[in-house]
Amino acid sequence: MRLLSGRKIRGRLSGEVWLPWIVPLLALAVWQLAGSAGWISSRVLPTPVQVLEAGIRLIGSGELARALGVSTGRALIGFAIGGGIGFALGLLNGVASLAEKLTDSSIQMIRNVPHLALIPLVIVWFGIGEEGKIFLVALGVSFPMYLNTLHGIRSIDPGLVEMGKVYGLGRGELYRKVILPGALPSILVGFRFALGIMWLTLIVSETISADEGIGYLAMNAREFFQMDVVVLSIILYALLGKLSDMIAKWLERRWLQWHPHFRTPSGARQAA
Amino acid sequence: MASAFPDPIGRAPSGISGLRRGFPAAADGTGEASSPESGGRGPEAIRLEGVVKRFDDRTVLRDIRLNVGEGEFVAIVGRSGCGKSTLLRLVAGLETVSGGKLLRGGREADGIDPAIRVMFQDARLLPWKSVLDNVKIGIRGLSSKDAEHKAREALRLVGLEDRAGEWPQALSGGQRQRVALARALAGQPRILLFDEPLGALDALTRIEMQQLIERLWERQRFTALLVTHEVSEAVALADRVILIEEGRIGLDVPITLARPRERDSGFAHFEKRILDRVLTPGDRLTSPLDRLKDAIPYI
Repeated sequence: MRLLSGRKIRGRLSGEVWLPWIVPLLALAVWQLAGSAGWISSRVLPTPVQVLEAGIRLIGSGELARALGVSTGRALIGFAIGGGIGFALGLLNGVASLAEKLTDSSIQMIRNVPHLALIPLVIVWFGIGEEGKIFLVALGVSFPMYLNTLHGIRSIDPGLVEMGKVYGLGRGELYRKVILPGALPSILVGFRFALGIMWLTLIVSETISADEGIGYLAMNAREFFQMDVVVLSIILYALLGKLSDMIAKWLERRWLQWHPHFRTPSGARQAA
Repeated sequence: MASAFPDPIGRAPSGISGLRRGFPAAADGTGEASSPESGGRGPEAIRLEGVVKRFDDRTVLRDIRLNVGEGEFVAIVGRSGCGKSTLLRLVAGLETVSGGKLLRGGREADGIDPAIRVMFQDARLLPWKSVLDNVKIGIRGLSSKDAEHKAREALRLVGLEDRAGEWPQALSGGQRQRVALARALAGQPRILLFDEPLGALDALTRIEMQQLIERLWERQRFTALLVTHEVSEAVALADRVILIEEGRIGLDVPITLARPRERDSGFAHFEKRILDRVLTPGDRLTSPLDRLKDAIPYI
């Protein structure tokens, strides 16, 4: 550390970029070492190299791409439906108190039911086809979107809305220029939550009932004791979750540049 | 519509008003301030005829009679809770009268009027829009290019054209309030309402802002209504200071000082006169009828 702080700022910055990687890389090294030395049986936990080999094998056969595509498709369709419904309901209840009185308490009640508890019901309704999984994802995703959109709209400074009215903004313009941008930080928090729930729901519903996708890959491999493929599936979920989190973060940085919390240190663009 | 007879309570006779308004023009002699006389004639910009405002069973304003001439700068002072801000919100169209009549430009007020702009105590800039885009909010019905041109001009008037591309958070409180002023002026309103716009600023910035508002008012000659609890601010800016006490007009003083206002003995005289009245609300300048109405609730 002493050495790093002695360098120029640029050098220190790139050092900070590498900092979060140290722990995972160290863990990987220990894991590999433990496997190669025979401390952990590869029947219990395959080594990282074995997992990597399994990955390459599955990429080569095209199985991995297919599973990824199916799972991502399910996740995104469910997210679009559930997120859209949650957002629309939040928007509606945020601005129309009649709609809120009518629906909010019912929505809160349904929200408190763990949506994964519906799996037996969903299997009866939809079988093990696509609809059931998309339904579960949509259901799980809609609540964080709903809650955070509603919260975002409610927490807008009423002074700004009043200003908009005095300055002659029509209803549509008031939404576009004041209400939506004001609610956006909270909506994006809901978006991030929803992404997490999206993967969680998908993983559970795919392991219980599926004939393709990453979950199916893992469950199928378990039957044949292909532990490398099982671990690979788990890592894939982790990577997908991380990827969607990065997308959400990127959106926050892009859309909330005005927000002091997200302002980048190199915000010179604003001084143009 | 033009009232031939000046209102007996609300406003000084127009002859005196004309004289008084001629005074600053003669003093500074610039071309831009050449038509202050028009203030006393034509339909009043704002006219309140026996306006009453109640919130539930609480009466905030009782029988307010007030005329504000075109291009006149009127300040409303009073203790907090006296109803002065409510009066401003009525004129802005943010509240509706419970009784009496409120006329703007000779017509009965009906909601929010695009020719009226309000400057609030807090700047109320949209944090997600650049300074320039915030000013553009004040401009309606122009192409984007023209609007931008006008917004830049308004920013130049308040001396912030070089900050046009920044976020509002990057500005100081005084600068934000200047942006709010630019936004209010950009639409060239006929009437500009100030709701304690300088209350949250430090003393030095406040004096600078007062000078800026005075300069811009002399240039653009909008009708201005300033609500403030600061008597010196009212005397520094207004042609006329109105004191509101318990929902009624208690005092209506023309400020016959030359512009730009200097803080000299004349200034101190007006300030003391109004302040004394604020501190000791004694005999009211109300009609006998009003006093009778006042007494009735206690009988």
